[in-house]
Amino acid sequence: MQDSSPAAPVRAGPDARPHRRRRPAPASPVKREGRAGYLFLLPWFVGMAAFTIGPILGSLYLSFTKYPLLKPPEWTGLANFERMLEDPRLHKAMWNTFQYVFVSVPVQLVLALALAMLLNRGVRGLAFYRSVYYLPSLLAGSVSIAILWRQIFGAEGLINQILGLFGIQGESWVQHPDFALGTLVVLNAWTFGAPMVIFLAGLRQIPVSLYEAAEVDGAGRAARFFRITLPLLTPVIFFNLVMQMIGAFQSFTQAFVVSGGEGGPVDSTLLYTLYLYQRGFRAFDMGYASALAWVLLAIIAALTALNFLLAKRWVFYGD
Amino acid sequence: MATDTMTAPGTPPGRTLGRGRRLTKHALLIGFGLVMLYPLLWMVSSSFKPTETIFRDPSIWPTEFDLSNYTEGWTALTHPFHYYMWNSAVIAILSVVGNLLSCSLAAYAFARLRFRGRNFFFALMLATLMLPIHVLIVPQYVLFSQLDWINTILPLVVPKFLAHDAFFIFLMVQFIRGLPRELDEAARIDGCGHFRIYWRIIMPLCVPALATSAVFTFIWTWNDFFSQLIFLTDPDNYTMPIALRSFLDAQGETSWGQLFAMSIVGLAPIFGFFLAGQRYLTQGVATTGFK
Repeated sequence: MQDSSPAAPVRAGPDARPHRRRRPAPASPVKREGRAGYLFLLPWFVGMAAFTIGPILGSLYLSFTKYPLLKPPEWTGLANFERMLEDPRLHKAMWNTFQYVFVSVPVQLVLALALAMLLNRGVRGLAFYRSVYYLPSLLAGSVSIAILWRQIFGAEGLINQILGLFGIQGESWVQHPDFALGTLVVLNAWTFGAPMVIFLAGLRQIPVSLYEAAEVDGAGRAARFFRITLPLLTPVIFFNLVMQMIGAFQSFTQAFVVSGGEGGPVDSTLLYTLYLYQRGFRAFDMGYASALAWVLLAIIAALTALNFLLAKRWVFYGD
Repeated sequence: MATDTMTAPGTPPGRTLGRGRRLTKHALLIGFGLVMLYPLLWMVSSSFKPTETIFRDPSIWPTEFDLSNYTEGWTALTHPFHYYMWNSAVIAILSVVGNLLSCSLAAYAFARLRFRGRNFFFALMLATLMLPIHVLIVPQYVLFSQLDWINTILPLVVPKFLAHDAFFIFLMVQFIRGLPRELDEAARIDGCGHFRIYWRIIMPLCVPALATSAVFTFIWTWNDFFSQLIFLTDPDNYTMPIALRSFLDAQGETSWGQLFAMSIVGLAPIFGFFLAGQRYLTQGVATTGFK
């Protein structure tokens, strides 16, 4: 920006007072801009220090301590991490979380892509359908929906009532160790609307000319989908995959409400964050909870990194 | 996002679907939509039925219209339900105000001002985008309990005034970068200071980004359970989600009707925002990937 020189002639307008200066030695515009930059960022600096950087360092330190909150933290070295190796509930929680993420996210993305494809081809009422399918994404994180889920998949819930119409007697899904986690998977898959909206935006970016050219060359529907749509959409698929996986690893509310905060039956809905909550804020085992948080971060970071590595093989960024 | 047209330019021209195919497609879309929304519709219809009927009637057709679940559910907890709704509303509204002010200030600096370390700070801000709250929550809890902030709204609201939700900084930076620079340069030539440019020129142009941020902040705060569960433990401070959860624990399966009724009351503001702010929601999702 060259804002110093052109300023002078304009200032000397009709009501400019040539003999009056505001400051004896005005700071140069560049300096002033720098100062303004820090001033505008001041709230962010304070927040960053107090609520992000400080807590990160704090939690890193606490993960090497035993800290029951009422007594000062006591340095225990790697004890928390060693304990994690032998903590059967943690292993169960990890296994549950992996199952939850690796089943629900692909289902969610396949549904999202399928619906986006159906909606993309100039459907009348697109805005309406898009809203209808998107609505669950907004609501699913709420306690209200978790309560609804607990009823629907309960012994006398909606699902069993419908099964009853066909003469099938179902049992309580949320109280069955083999199915309870599945109800949470269904709930997460139900939120396919958000990635669907992103797919729709991505589909719009694909140039029509490509389809025209392909059609001229005699490409059929399948060929157009697999040779044009899918490759050009891979960056969006990748984006959705990364975002949804990161989000799914942090799911908490639904598991908490559906299992009454316990993660039952027999720890079958004990997701990682729920276990972390139990250790940290029920048992006030703050040192261990911090270590759990760092391992969660490491898992998410590692899987995201892996995603980026694998992306080189299948994501097409054009050339 | 490039366009906001409701049609799909991806449609190959000259290829119109046959009438039959089109009808099949709509039938499919409507059918699937109904399956998706069935649980919600059923919850609404069940909230007007006595609890015994909820266990027998899978249909969404209302057979009776009885408001007693609402009137009884409203007063079933220690405080009337609007008490908890109000607690939630205070936090959500303050969060919206805080996020809009603090994130837009930071975004203006990142998007328009040049200063030493800007790229570093911007990268730092991006790095915090993906940080799970769980890594921060334990030390934050310790900090807030030392400040005596537990069981107040401060742990939930103060960070919003300090631009803690980096998502919205990012969203606004992207938006401001898309605005023509001529406008603020003209203003600067006229002698406007940076604050005036921010407040008088950039902010009014940012209304779409601000609206998206406001709608998302409201919905996320309204739905938030994890941090409210941790920071608000006194029943007098319960927000709507925490109150619902204690309702479930206290009455459990015996009063589904009332639980449903209050759950619907709790969802109503989100539904309102959904209807009013749809355009901003889908745009926000499409540009940033939020839920």
